[in-house]
Amino acid sequence: MAAEREPPPLGDAKPTDFEELEDGEDLFTSTVSTLESSPSSPEPASLPAEDVSTNSNGPRPAEVVLDDDREDLFAEATEEVSLDSPEREPILSSEPSPAVTPVTPTTLIAPRIESKSMSAPVIFDRSREEIDEEANGDVFDIEIGVSDPEKVGDGMNAYMAYRVTTKTSLSMFSKSEFSVKRRFSDFLGLHSKLASKYLHVGYIVPPAPEKSIVGMTKVKVGKEDSSSTEFVEKRRAALERYLQRTVKHPTLLQDPDLRQFLESSELPRAVNTQALSGAGILRMVNKAADAVNKMTIKMNESDAWFEEKQQQFENLDQQLRKLHASVEALVCHRKELSANTAAFAKSAAMLGNSEDHTALSRALSQLAEVEEKIDQLHQEQAFADFYMFSELLSDYIRLIAAVKGVFDHRMKCWQKWEDAQITLLKKRETEAKMMVANKPDKIQQAKNEIREWEAKVQQGERDFEQISKTIRKEVGRFEKERVKDFKTVIIKYLESLVQTQQQVSSFFITYFITYKLLLELLVYFFILKDVCERSF
Amino acid sequence: MEGRQEAGKESKPSSLSVDLQGDSSLQVEISDAVSERDKVKFTVQTKSCLPHFAQTEFSVVRQHEEFIWLHDAYVENEEYAGLIIPPAPPRPDFEASREKLQKLGEGDSSITREEFAKMKQELEAEYLAIFKKTVAMHEVFLQRLAAHPTLRRDHNFFVFLEYGQDLSVRGKNRKELLGGFLRNIVKSADEALITSMSGLKEVDDFFEHERTFLLEYHSRIRDACLRADRVMHSHKCLADDYIPISAALNSLGTQEVNQLKTSFLKLAELFERLRKLEGRVASDEDLKLSDMLRYYMRDSQAAKDLLYRRLRALADYENANKALDKARTRNREVRTAESHQQLCCQRFERLSDSAKQELMDFKSRRVSSFRKNLIELAELELKHAKASTLLLRNTLVALKGEP
Repeated sequence: MAAEREPPPLGDAKPTDFEELEDGEDLFTSTVSTLESSPSSPEPASLPAEDVSTNSNGPRPAEVVLDDDREDLFAEATEEVSLDSPEREPILSSEPSPAVTPVTPTTLIAPRIESKSMSAPVIFDRSREEIDEEANGDVFDIEIGVSDPEKVGDGMNAYMAYRVTTKTSLSMFSKSEFSVKRRFSDFLGLHSKLASKYLHVGYIVPPAPEKSIVGMTKVKVGKEDSSSTEFVEKRRAALERYLQRTVKHPTLLQDPDLRQFLESSELPRAVNTQALSGAGILRMVNKAADAVNKMTIKMNESDAWFEEKQQQFENLDQQLRKLHASVEALVCHRKELSANTAAFAKSAAMLGNSEDHTALSRALSQLAEVEEKIDQLHQEQAFADFYMFSELLSDYIRLIAAVKGVFDHRMKCWQKWEDAQITLLKKRETEAKMMVANKPDKIQQAKNEIREWEAKVQQGERDFEQISKTIRKEVGRFEKERVKDFKTVIIKYLESLVQTQQQVSSFFITYFITYKLLLELLVYFFILKDVCERSF
Repeated sequence: MEGRQEAGKESKPSSLSVDLQGDSSLQVEISDAVSERDKVKFTVQTKSCLPHFAQTEFSVVRQHEEFIWLHDAYVENEEYAGLIIPPAPPRPDFEASREKLQKLGEGDSSITREEFAKMKQELEAEYLAIFKKTVAMHEVFLQRLAAHPTLRRDHNFFVFLEYGQDLSVRGKNRKELLGGFLRNIVKSADEALITSMSGLKEVDDFFEHERTFLLEYHSRIRDACLRADRVMHSHKCLADDYIPISAALNSLGTQEVNQLKTSFLKLAELFERLRKLEGRVASDEDLKLSDMLRYYMRDSQAAKDLLYRRLRALADYENANKALDKARTRNREVRTAESHQQLCCQRFERLSDSAKQELMDFKSRRVSSFRKNLIELAELELKHAKASTLLLRNTLVALKGEP
């Protein structure tokens, strides 16, 4: 997914080709920890996690090269913060780690600091987080609808515009009910912005629906057949679910980009979401680089919770994929059943027409009608199978990919911290060497560097702790949502199945009562007539 | 694969209920059947008090080819030209089923042991169902013969029922099969020619009506049969789909640690039960609808054949008339022409009379069979729908009750 950075709307910078921000460079979480620990934090304003995206004004190297860039980050941050909307207090101080405490060398000598000392505060935090969860409750009074897909334009430049309607009582919005027109790339652009800001600090950003070149081309070309209407409907529903999931997230809901998306009538076009744009290619390259990096990072997991959870999500992913494949087969076969039933209904009607025995003829025609109704039912059931069951599964398969991504970010964060520790060690060695060689000016330089790297190590540790904490909270929230989601859908799906069966019952009851009687009577008379004929 | 079928007291496909006029002087049934490799061996048991037979109760073992021989013997017998010859039973065909079992055996490592066991069970049930059906078809064939006042007295029939040894009837070789195939073509061509012959007027409205009716009816019932087969097949696919779904839900349930655990496990159980219900719907449709349509497709073909023979006789009669006229004008061989014409006339009238009766019997047989099956089908569909509803409702209650 794109981590496309655009300057905040209040600025007047133009979107340029930025690259991924997925390598944990954003380090504004320095002050985050202090704020998060306040238990009363349901207030949106205090959620510091929207570290203003590090919109650099120049392209970044793909590899994480921390040293030089860090200065830049901090420099820009000052500028960015001041442009922020008043709600968000400029809590993010941009001075390099204001909370630098003189760290004693001892704690930093052993690079493998999966200190047991780490686990203790973590446990402590966990229970705190749970309390936070409870306190939070579900205060999200916001409803999103995506409707009225409308084709705009002609030929290959055509696109579908969707109406996004918001109903809310939240004060952060200027109205309580409003709607805007958006196109698919706008949704992708929104996701891209959110991902670039929040993913690498551990927030599970819901993924946007997938692009489909085939589907869209059909629509553009103007085919009015059922498969393109189905495609549009499928997309509309997916976009709606996407937005609903996004606004359910307490942190994302606060994001100004999201608000702008929902509210403002004009939205700058997100051009860099196209697959084959320059940004797109860069994204692909970075993704590949990331994958390689991931393989080479060997993290010493001190916290069993993370290992457990990762394994759990891995298993869940596998099982969901299997289930999804089976449900897709089910949808396909149900559609076939519907088509075959319709064909049979027609031939039964024809047979009824040929049949010269009146009652039987009527019975066959009636059977044909019943079968036709049943075919309709099968079709509707297939839709239910698909939209409720199958799409839920595919949504979660992609959500879990996002979760896995977040875990990966934590690994990268750890790696950075590790690297900082190693570098610090090297600097100390250098210092020692200089002391021996007795070069006073070099010694001073070495000492400066040591100070610098001590700060970085501290920052690294804080970042790692922060992302770990955020992930725990996020996973907790995610799991809660997942349970609710699945339960709701399962119940809805079963109710749809019940309805179908009940209707089948009612069709056959009518058929049965009417024609059993009729047939019995008429056949009886027929036999009687035959007997009479024979005896004469 | 071995399979046995004990005396058809149990769930024999009773869709082919032939209204046997309760004549107990000759009762035939297939009391046992064994499937060996390619062959199925039927044990035909006869109970009769007819003086012709040496014993009152006896049985023989017959194979499919011998049934076909018997059928062909009837068809070729001029005496029965005016009767509807009961359609021959189809060849036992376990190919498809066997293939599927083999494919399952070859193994797909991605399926769990439970899934494998269930699929195997399904396939075995399918095999058994096909087996039962073939037994029923063969049995109905014999029972119709035994019930027909004329056909039951056939010498070949007695031989078939009584002769202890193998009838040494081999399956048709390719030449004979081809011959049969060609004969059919010739027959249809002939029929077309006859009907288009000018001067051949159908004198009897009844037959005119029957011909038009049967032609249309036969083609439509053939269509309906094909499509019913497809519906049944779809139902089966659906039922089979539930197997992996249930298995996946089970795995999900066992892995979960939260409230979804019970939900998934209950859903897995639900799908397992739905699978069985869906499977029953498929097999009921198969028996009550597909099989019945198929049988009457064949029976209507036999009726068409009868009409063709009668038509042929009519054509012969007409020709004989013409020949007689010619002979009279030429005043040569008048006597032979006269007697030939007499014969043709008698034959034609004989055929017409018995054909009329046969066709009326056909109609009443058909109507009563359809009636019985359609009603039973509706009853069964209703039963299954109710069972599904109950099952779903119970699951819903259980799930909603969860915290």
